[in-house]
Amino acid sequence: MTAYLAKRLIIAAVTLVLASMVVFAVMEILPGDPARLMLGFNASADQVELLRNQMGLNAPLVLRYLHWAGGLLSLDFGRSYTYSVPVVDLVRERVVVSLPLALIALALSTVIAIPVGVFSAGRQGRAGDTLAMGAAQLGVAVPNFWFALMLIYLFAVWLRLVPAGGFPGWNAGVWPALKSLLLPAVALALPQAAILARVARSALIEVLNEDYIRTARAKGLPYSAVLWRHALRNAMIPVLTILGLQFAFLLAGTIIIENVFYLPGLGRLVFQAITQRDLIVVESVVMLLVAAVIAVNLLVDFSYAVVDPRLRGRQ
Amino acid sequence: MTMRVDLPDETLAGVLAKAFGNRSFLIGFAITLLVAAVALLSFVWTPYDVTKLVIADKTEAPSVAHWFGTDHFGRDILSMIMVGARNSIAVALVAVGIGMGVGVPLGAFAAARGGIADEALMRVNDLVFAFPALLSAIMITAIFGPGAVNAIIAIGIFNIPVFARVARAGALAIWPREFILAARAAGKGMTEITVEHILPNIATLLLVQGTIQFALGILAEAGLSYVGLGAQPPMPSWGRMLFDAQTRMVTAPWMAIFPGMAIVITVLGLNLLGDGIADILDPKSRRQR
Amino acid sequence: MSLLEIENLSLVIGKTPILKDVELAIAPGEVVGLVGESGSGKSMTALTIMRLLPHLARASGRVTFDGIDILAAREDQMCALRGDDIGMVFQEPMTALNPVKTIGEQVAEGIRWHTKASRAEAEERARKMLDRVGLPETKFPLSRYPHQLSGGQRQRVVIAIACALKPKLLIADEPTTALDVVLQAQILDLLRDLVSENRMGLLLISHDLAVVTEMSDRLTILRSGEVMEAGDTASTLSAQRHPYTRELALASMHMPARPKTHQAGSAKPLLEVEGVSRAYPGRRVSLFRPAQPVRAVDDVSLTVEPAQSVALVGRSGCGKSTLARMILALDKPTAGAIRFRGETITGKSEAALKPARRDMQVVFQDPYGSFDPRQKVEKLVAEPLHLLEKQPAKAERREMVAHALDEVGLGPRDMDKYPHEFSGGQRQRLSIARAIITRPKLVVADEPVSALDVSIRAQILDLFAELNQKLGIAYLFITHDLTVARAMSDEVLVMHEGKIVERGRTAEVLDNPRSEATQALVAAAPDLHRAIARRMQEQG
Repeated sequence: MTAYLAKRLIIAAVTLVLASMVVFAVMEILPGDPARLMLGFNASADQVELLRNQMGLNAPLVLRYLHWAGGLLSLDFGRSYTYSVPVVDLVRERVVVSLPLALIALALSTVIAIPVGVFSAGRQGRAGDTLAMGAAQLGVAVPNFWFALMLIYLFAVWLRLVPAGGFPGWNAGVWPALKSLLLPAVALALPQAAILARVARSALIEVLNEDYIRTARAKGLPYSAVLWRHALRNAMIPVLTILGLQFAFLLAGTIIIENVFYLPGLGRLVFQAITQRDLIVVESVVMLLVAAVIAVNLLVDFSYAVVDPRLRGRQ
Repeated sequence: MTMRVDLPDETLAGVLAKAFGNRSFLIGFAITLLVAAVALLSFVWTPYDVTKLVIADKTEAPSVAHWFGTDHFGRDILSMIMVGARNSIAVALVAVGIGMGVGVPLGAFAAARGGIADEALMRVNDLVFAFPALLSAIMITAIFGPGAVNAIIAIGIFNIPVFARVARAGALAIWPREFILAARAAGKGMTEITVEHILPNIATLLLVQGTIQFALGILAEAGLSYVGLGAQPPMPSWGRMLFDAQTRMVTAPWMAIFPGMAIVITVLGLNLLGDGIADILDPKSRRQR
Repeated sequence: MSLLEIENLSLVIGKTPILKDVELAIAPGEVVGLVGESGSGKSMTALTIMRLLPHLARASGRVTFDGIDILAAREDQMCALRGDDIGMVFQEPMTALNPVKTIGEQVAEGIRWHTKASRAEAEERARKMLDRVGLPETKFPLSRYPHQLSGGQRQRVVIAIACALKPKLLIADEPTTALDVVLQAQILDLLRDLVSENRMGLLLISHDLAVVTEMSDRLTILRSGEVMEAGDTASTLSAQRHPYTRELALASMHMPARPKTHQAGSAKPLLEVEGVSRAYPGRRVSLFRPAQPVRAVDDVSLTVEPAQSVALVGRSGCGKSTLARMILALDKPTAGAIRFRGETITGKSEAALKPARRDMQVVFQDPYGSFDPRQKVEKLVAEPLHLLEKQPAKAERREMVAHALDEVGLGPRDMDKYPHEFSGGQRQRLSIARAIITRPKLVVADEPVSALDVSIRAQILDLFAELNQKLGIAYLFITHDLTVARAMSDEVLVMHEGKIVERGRTAEVLDNPRSEATQALVAAAPDLHRAIARRMQEQG
């Protein structure tokens, strides 16, 4: 492995550990005693104290952190205060909604954005470019939850093509489940696609001004061949960066979108847990989302090395 | 990755002349001005009083009396949008202020100092970026309680690393320039060089980022209010209006359409303004046309 | 019949006229030089032949290549010509290659495109071509990426791309300007050989009269988009009939008047550098092996006496600029000591350095990068006044700036302008004004004229010489250009791979170089006198 990849891996690991400390610390300073919350306000002080001991809440801070972090590593997230079931079961139920949603949205946004970006960069300043970038400019300005409401109005209320919300579960069949994820995915994806298309276009235009593009033209390659063979790969780096950032944004975006569409996903779970002060669930889900973001960023860093030989070290 | 910063070599008159020829800038500036004017106007006049509930007029469709219709309490949507603009602008503006005020000095310092200070800042940045911003904003407002002030803080905190990153990248591109070496040879210290040479030369970058963060702040505020963690009723806010509209999409779609359009137009205006400023002041983008 | 014939070529970009009635012809196997200063339209002429002009450019007139009307040709016809019948080499080798493709792919790409050869065949031909340009397989397999090559090696790859299909015409636009003199000589040799092997026509574009004279049979001199003079190289330059030709030739060989020469050993040294080294942490190859430090400057000692002008010459990357930065206390040596006016300056705090900085100023290479574009000239030139014990009042400061501007040939009204309102040469004057405003005893000049056109360069050298004579300022003149060293210095130091390999009186060292490094430099340095003499001799 090259020094570059090793460094990124170490940074990701350090970031993950630091993030877990931050999450743990935030939960520590929060008002409210978990034991008290679980037992309700009628419980006696003795009962609360007993549960605190059982839950290990009276142990020293460092030990509690290590215990919690160790639990995370073995997928033992603890028990939900409000649902009284292992958090991992809650998460497992919800992740099958959120993850497909985020992935479909990411795929959709990439599939729309890259061709639009290439199209626009190739017709810089002409009518097609102006139109596409005008649409992108508008897309960037649209809040996804409002866009979701408009989609519901149009496709569910008016045209009655898809359900307005809810999730039948994957047991109901792949197609009904996918159908109920379609509108949420579009609502998430289009504003992101607008951003990505703008980035792809400007990255391409920047690359097209480079000297090596002129060298390629001087070889006799026509403009379109230069665009596809030389420019696109070089323009991928900023595009990958934005894709990485968008994944984090999509994960967070699911919180609101899942609320709009009444989807039983992670976002909805964490949102409900926050309002119910079910801290152990909040902790776990936040940690999970943070780990996902860090993993995706690491993936992006690795893909830089695939695109750019300069990062692969000397041969 | 390094960043290319081309230094503009323009006089004020030249910049103004270009501003008047730039479509993005003109439209963006006009929209931004309009939104700001509407927000200011709402302090002295709105078509209807937004604090008064007129149940008799509830969920009325747009008409001559109520251009944008009324909500489920009979309040005039147009008036609420006008008052809501204040909240959106104030939250986003202060959040940008927090981000710039803290982030720019941090980024400039890290770039000037280099070494461990720089590495530490970058690692903290990585850490903050690992938390999906909206999720964390929801956590922060949930912990400290919902409300406009906590929304500002939550959004502001996430602006800090953004500005730190932009300031650092811009400053790093300028530090190796010969005029900085000349200033060092003239005995200028790190702080003097940062204030006299670095900051004026990255001001454009920061201004453009400022408009972007302003626009994102408006979107974020709307999102927080939408989930009930932003400005609290009866204070009208665009996000909250959309939340109220959600369950009434079938009967009163106008309750959702107009506040959403207010958000879109405001954000669009700010983004166009940012694009315009970047076009006018950044010679690199000018080369591309 | 001519291979390329340009008649009445005019070019406008937007509303700006770039070329006016340019005439040029190249026969097969002939080398034609196109000479001119910056902005003369040389590169635009080349891009017109390739039809790779910017979007807003409009060309009129006639350009005929091998019977094809270039200006009227369809884009697909041009694509068929480019890279096959016309090859082009560009100025900047560092950016001319695609960083994400191997050199093999990049050389083979044009071959495959034009000949429809299979990948294997194309790679075989690419391999042969790379061997031919001096990049043998053992050290430079096809799988190399551009970032693994040096500038000179990259330029060889660019030449391989341009010549892979044995074009009838090769256009080389300042092919050696970004390289040091030794590499320049190697690349020019390579071009000369390729041209004679394949009977290619070569259009060599350069600002350097000596380079063009060495290379070309005929030359065309361009100024502001118009042809000043054209003809046979030897007779044009020896007769110098056109005033502009004479002006260019004189400027290229200009020696500023320096009646008072400095006698070494006549005074206590102003600057003493003793055993100075600068090591940089090397690039880590593996996580488990410690990186080898790179020694940019290796145990260097030198002295500069008051009013003495010392030139520091060497190839690019030899450590000249690193040494200069350490002398200016902008970088710290890893070993050794630097004394200025008898006091050690290494390791001192910024505050303790103030008196030394007052007496030691700097002029940089890039007249565009040396000034903060956001500040006015008054503030920029006055910046070193910050070093004075007592800060002058505003009126006094303006007075001092006006005086410094006057000394470099600028007027007091220039004070309220921004740097972009000045030309390159004027900016270098500003740079000098800033350097002398505190009346320093030593000015370190890092390639101060290498970014300037020859005529401007002559004027700036005159100014440097005059200030040395009038104010007794000592110079450490860092340059890769031996002509400049000869013109400006009493003594010369030759640096090679971080070490000083030779020193002595300038004329002696350059006329009788003893070390290998100096000999290589001297042999490679283009010299207009010598080139003209050789041309005359060849023609009898």
